[in-house]
Amino acid sequence: MKHDKIERNLGILLVLTMVAISVGGMVEIIPLFFIKETVEKVEGVRPYKPLELRGRDIYIREGCYLCHSQMIRPFRDEALRYGHYSLAAESKYDHPFQWGSKRTGPDLARVGGKYSNDWQTQHLIAPRSLVPQSVMPNYPWLATTDLDYSDINLRMRALRKTGVPYSESQAEYERNVEEFGADVAKYLHIPDAEKNLIGQAQQGNYDTNPDKLTEMDALVAYLQMLGTLVDFKKYDDDYFVKFR
Amino acid sequence: MSQETKTNSASNEPKSRARKAGGVPSTGHSWDGIEELTNQLPRWWVWAFYLTAIFTVVYWLFYPAWPIGSTYTKGVPGLNSITYTATQVDGTQVEKTTHWNMRSKFMVEMNELHAAQKQWFDKVAATPFDQIAQDAELMQFVTSAGKTLFSDNCAPCHQAGGQGVIGFAPNLTDDHWQYGSSYAQIQDVIVHGRQGYMPPFKEIITDDEITSAAHYVLSLSGEPHDAASAELGAKVFKSDTAACYACHGADAKGKEGLGSANLTDKIWLWANIPEIEDADEKLKAVKNIIAGGLNRGVMPAWEDRLKPDQIKLLTVYVHQGLGGGK
Ligand code: HEC
Ligand code: HEC
Ligand code: HEC
Repeated sequence: MKHDKIERNLGILLVLTMVAISVGGMVEIIPLFFIKETVEKVEGVRPYKPLELRGRDIYIREGCYLCHSQMIRPFRDEALRYGHYSLAAESKYDHPFQWGSKRTGPDLARVGGKYSNDWQTQHLIAPRSLVPQSVMPNYPWLATTDLDYSDINLRMRALRKTGVPYSESQAEYERNVEEFGADVAKYLHIPDAEKNLIGQAQQGNYDTNPDKLTEMDALVAYLQMLGTLVDFKKYDDDYFVKFR
Repeated sequence: MSQETKTNSASNEPKSRARKAGGVPSTGHSWDGIEELTNQLPRWWVWAFYLTAIFTVVYWLFYPAWPIGSTYTKGVPGLNSITYTATQVDGTQVEKTTHWNMRSKFMVEMNELHAAQKQWFDKVAATPFDQIAQDAELMQFVTSAGKTLFSDNCAPCHQAGGQGVIGFAPNLTDDHWQYGSSYAQIQDVIVHGRQGYMPPFKEIITDDEITSAAHYVLSLSGEPHDAASAELGAKVFKSDTAACYACHGADAKGKEGLGSANLTDKIWLWANIPEIEDADEKLKAVKNIIAGGLNRGVMPAWEDRLKPDQIKLLTVYVHQGLGGGK
């Protein structure tokens, strides 16, 4: 086809531009579905429990990702500050993943367990009360807004469609028991989602106010599990090298 | 392309392609008399382009590149390999050689870091606590490495200089230590974490008893109080229903094993008593603590986040560097 013709015909130009760009994308992405080493074989990674899932949705709604990445790169300085580099396996149930690259604040991939629930709650209400030089905004409404969990089943079903193994039937539940153990499988069962969500919030008391189930409960539950699923002590220092 | 262009090139000079300006053919595009010519690309540019193409081929020889089925090319074996040492789960060190990749490169970076800091960390690990403090050169390392570790991990609660936040996390620079001031005690707090617990008393003793206990507590550190009520409070403190003494000790100086506060000094963690002006407000704040109890003070455990040698270094930093240790 003559250049002249393409340049003078907007429709053809558009289609051909898209084809040219997709080739680049496809060459980079499609092989990853087939290469065995892409997602590391590692124990402990599981889908989010219902309360954590709501917390993640709030994290996205509030735009925390605009200032925080969740991806520790395999560099010395990052390992020293944040801990073990992130694994692909650790975000295999994330849709969409929260890797990001904007770091106005620190990376959060392994922030789980680093601070107390009390700290997380206070820091979200008024970051400068704890870190005087912080530029993070205040999120005081999280502690006063009741958590809406009426559609938790639908949220889990939507993720199920993308391949996250939330269970709907007894048979699926039993498969999860085999894969994740009964303690975890219980939380992945969609029909029990609401009950489990309330149970986890009451037990964990994440927002340090046991009388109320707030958005803060969900967000802190989410933050407190980030990066805690894999026990790196069980693996050789260089175990994950062989997947690259 | 404006309307003007079209009329220019299309109507006036339909065969302008053939027309030459300075010997170079025109494309026929002309704007306000400015002509677009069909000059060749500069030679240096074309060569640079070919060179980048050749570079990619060389790159394929050195680095992981092409996917094939369920695996990928890893560069020509031996051409660009990486050798590192790694600690295995069983504690042994092994040396391995792999094709070039970021994770092996990372292992090398960490090896180099450890080599650079090894002599210092080894020295910290091998030297008893009190001798570290005597060694000025070693203390220099402890102070600079400790400061970084403290900023990354501890400062968000204890603040950059270790001065703490009232109602949240204790001051580490004073000589008041809930859990003990020795190196070993501080180290144990950092390794295992702590959560001080005091039960709520609102259902154990009456409101009046809480009030008098509060007067008694205020009297211990010389705060304004009602002497008669404090006398009753002393009885509550030592009674077996409230059993304050069981945790805080009969002398109310606290017990290190429990982290129960010393109530006789002027240092307060959960209410800023010395700063409150009004005597009634002081009383109210103390009553709130007694009625509601305490279990908010969570000091996280660091044994899974920090290595033993980092924790030892931090212990010295907290004890010596922040200046509060005994
Ligand atoms: C304007 C940018 C910005 C936004 C938006 C933001 N943060 Fe932050 N965040 C920061 C900065 C800067 C810090 C470091 C100072 C501090 O600790 O406050 C921080 C620190 C943190 C930390 C402590 C990390 C550590 O390891 O010390 C957490 C947890 C956190 N943010 C969570 C959140 C959550 C959850 C949201 C969304 C509700 C959020 N942030 C939104 C800028 C931001
Ligand atoms: C989430 C907030 C938080 C973080 C992070 C934190 N601490 Fe603490 N720390 C506390 C609290 C709260 C206490 C008091 C615990 C209590 O009251 O039972 C405490 C107590 C201590 C004590 C005992 C003080 C005493 O008087 O006996 C030491 C020592 C200490 N922390 C050191 C550290 C070091 C070192 C780090 C960093 C590795 C650190 N802390 C990180 C909250 C924190
Ligand atoms: C089960 C043990 C226990 C008993 C019983 C107990 N306390 Fe405490 N108390 C503690 C501990 C532990 C702390 C420190 C909590 C922390 O810092 O996390 C504390 C802290 C306090 C404080 C706060 C001090 C500060 O620095 O802000 C006051 C006041 C106090 N106790 C008074 C009392 C009185 C009065 C009684 C009896 C009615 C009592 N306590 C009974 C364990 C106990």
